[in-house]
Amino acid sequence: MKETIGYPTALSYYSYYPFWNAFFTTLGFSVVISPASSKQIIDWGVKETVNDACIPIKLFHGHVMSLKDRVDYLFVPRMVSVDGKTTFCPKFLGLPDMVRWSIPDLPRLIDERIDLKKGARGLLSTCYKIGNFLKQNPARVFYAYLVAQWVHRQYQDNLNRGIFPNKILPSKETGRGLNSIETEIRIAVLGYPYEIYDSYISVNLLQKLNEMGVAVRTVEMLSNKVLGGYRHRLSKNLFWQYSNRVLWATYHYLEKKIDGIIHVSAFGCGPDAMLDKLMQLEAKKHDIPFMTLTLDEHTGEAGVVTRLEAFVDMVRFRRESS
Amino acid sequence: MRVTFPHMGTSHIAFKHLINNLGHEAIVPPAPSKRTLSLGVRHAPEFACIPFKILLGSYIEALENGAEMIISSGGVGPCRAGIYGLLHEEILKDLGYDFEMLIFEPPLRGLLDFIKKIGRVIRPTRVSWPTFIKVFKTSWQKLIILDETEILSHQIRPYEVIRGETTRAFKEALTLIDKAETRQELDSAGQAAEMLLRDVTQDRSRKPLRIGLIGEIYVVLEPFINLDIEKTLGEMGVETHRSIYLTDWTRDNTVFDGEKDIKNAAKPYLNQLIGGHGINSVGETVLYASNGFDGVIQLAPFTCIPEIVAKSILNRVSRDLNIPVLTLFLDEQTGTAGAQTRLEAFTDLLLQKRRNKGDLDATGIFGN
Ligand code: SF4
Repeated sequence: MKETIGYPTALSYYSYYPFWNAFFTTLGFSVVISPASSKQIIDWGVKETVNDACIPIKLFHGHVMSLKDRVDYLFVPRMVSVDGKTTFCPKFLGLPDMVRWSIPDLPRLIDERIDLKKGARGLLSTCYKIGNFLKQNPARVFYAYLVAQWVHRQYQDNLNRGIFPNKILPSKETGRGLNSIETEIRIAVLGYPYEIYDSYISVNLLQKLNEMGVAVRTVEMLSNKVLGGYRHRLSKNLFWQYSNRVLWATYHYLEKKIDGIIHVSAFGCGPDAMLDKLMQLEAKKHDIPFMTLTLDEHTGEAGVVTRLEAFVDMVRFRRESS
Repeated sequence: MRVTFPHMGTSHIAFKHLINNLGHEAIVPPAPSKRTLSLGVRHAPEFACIPFKILLGSYIEALENGAEMIISSGGVGPCRAGIYGLLHEEILKDLGYDFEMLIFEPPLRGLLDFIKKIGRVIRPTRVSWPTFIKVFKTSWQKLIILDETEILSHQIRPYEVIRGETTRAFKEALTLIDKAETRQELDSAGQAAEMLLRDVTQDRSRKPLRIGLIGEIYVVLEPFINLDIEKTLGEMGVETHRSIYLTDWTRDNTVFDGEKDIKNAAKPYLNQLIGGHGINSVGETVLYASNGFDGVIQLAPFTCIPEIVAKSILNRVSRDLNIPVLTLFLDEQTGTAGAQTRLEAFTDLLLQKRRNKGDLDATGIFGN
């Protein structure tokens, strides 16, 4: 029997699952992912975390709960930095410790620090460390690393081509024909991938917009190169990987004369408190409609639909009267 | 130029000295009040942490009082505090205020930038670099004396016989320190301050509870937000030890031997810097436990990320090392009454623990 590695489908899952899945399976492990977010998963998460945590962190704990009794290892990487400049939100930094000290009876954690200050070579050495922990021989690890790199590049290309992560990743239902409709209005839905593409927590927001005849634009559709071009816009960058990407995407879409921006924000998210205001002030300078949608475990579907409709109507009206 | 800066504990006394002696006019931000807070809350993002709101409010008040320049500090993250300045500036400009914002990043980040910014402050008044260094040193000295006086006040208060006497003496001491201009005056002000406090009538037979205070620096330092916790606890007969002072790195500390110690202590539970004082909160709790403290109170702004991470780990530390930890998340709604009840319940618990250990002399609330 192959040994199993549990992979919680939350947080960095949306950005890096294809890489790690390819890596582990090439090494001969079988990767078990947690089911799509659900009421049960949230309830677990709420029970296991301090109540001041944001919803994505609670969700992550819930996903760990759903996996912990049926896998040999649990993959909870410590995401520190992937570009050597910015870091992830402090909760990502402390994630393995939060999980370890709050949830009892865990399988062995693969909690290697992912800190790529030295560029891609840093990633290779992280892979060696994980390989070593899993008692794999280095040559095989190197091979698995190359495969994973290749898979990751494909994934990124697909995202940049406008395909939503949920259509590629295994855990989530695919939705239909998202974004294929040619419509007159384009709205950028900006936020962290683990909120936007988790259709449970985002109350299926992307699809709803699509059904209202909106062409959705997201952060993931922009290549690292395009985003990086905005690196020097502010006198000082934000500290956090995902927040910078959202802010840079905001600059980009505002320049490209988007019709409106919806910022999807997690209730109690620290970085978002700052980010949201910066986005709002920027949209104001460009005179583009802006709305913040704050999600938490109590967010009701009906309320969101009403707000979306009102926003879309307003955007459409502005568009027509200009 | 009329220059203002953040209000943090008693440090404004030293900053005022610095600014005025560089030939500017210090606009001392009014001590944070309900009004400050409500101004801040009105214009800050809802989920910004309370220090952000208070600072924003006090900048507005200072600008109303004629400030033309705001000096503040940056930071290296990943805690939000490092970008406070940037966002404060954006918000205040959007509100239509006309001012210059000078954000000092830690010198290690870019020495040149640091020097340039100091130049920005001293050039208009033609202060030479040597003079600047001299003035800076005196101000630093002032800051140290302020901290030392405050530490002493926390050590004396739980023994005071007449409630409030320490606080009165402390206020008097602050006035003395504020008036001192030169190094010599400062030295004697420091001595006088110490005497004033030592003169407080005390009952040294008490065995007060000892509580360590940990958490995010701004709320630990600013009594307006933390419900004046050191005074409140002191007057309940509890001795508090605060983990953070602005002048920390200059002082030999009986409990902590510096950052490295704290990080090592945290290591088994958290082996990663997470910004703010997150790792400190974990490490300091371990150290308080091994130094025989009765309990620890974590002070954190509501939504403060590093402190949330710390809290979720502290549950375990507290269990493992058998030291009770009370977390107070502070926001604009934290009512004094509610917090007071929680503090009383907490000290009761600690007293009970002591008595269970057979220490019948433990002094509790108001020494009974
Ligand atoms: S970035 Fe925000 S939502 Fe994400 S983990 Fe951090 S606090 Fe939570």
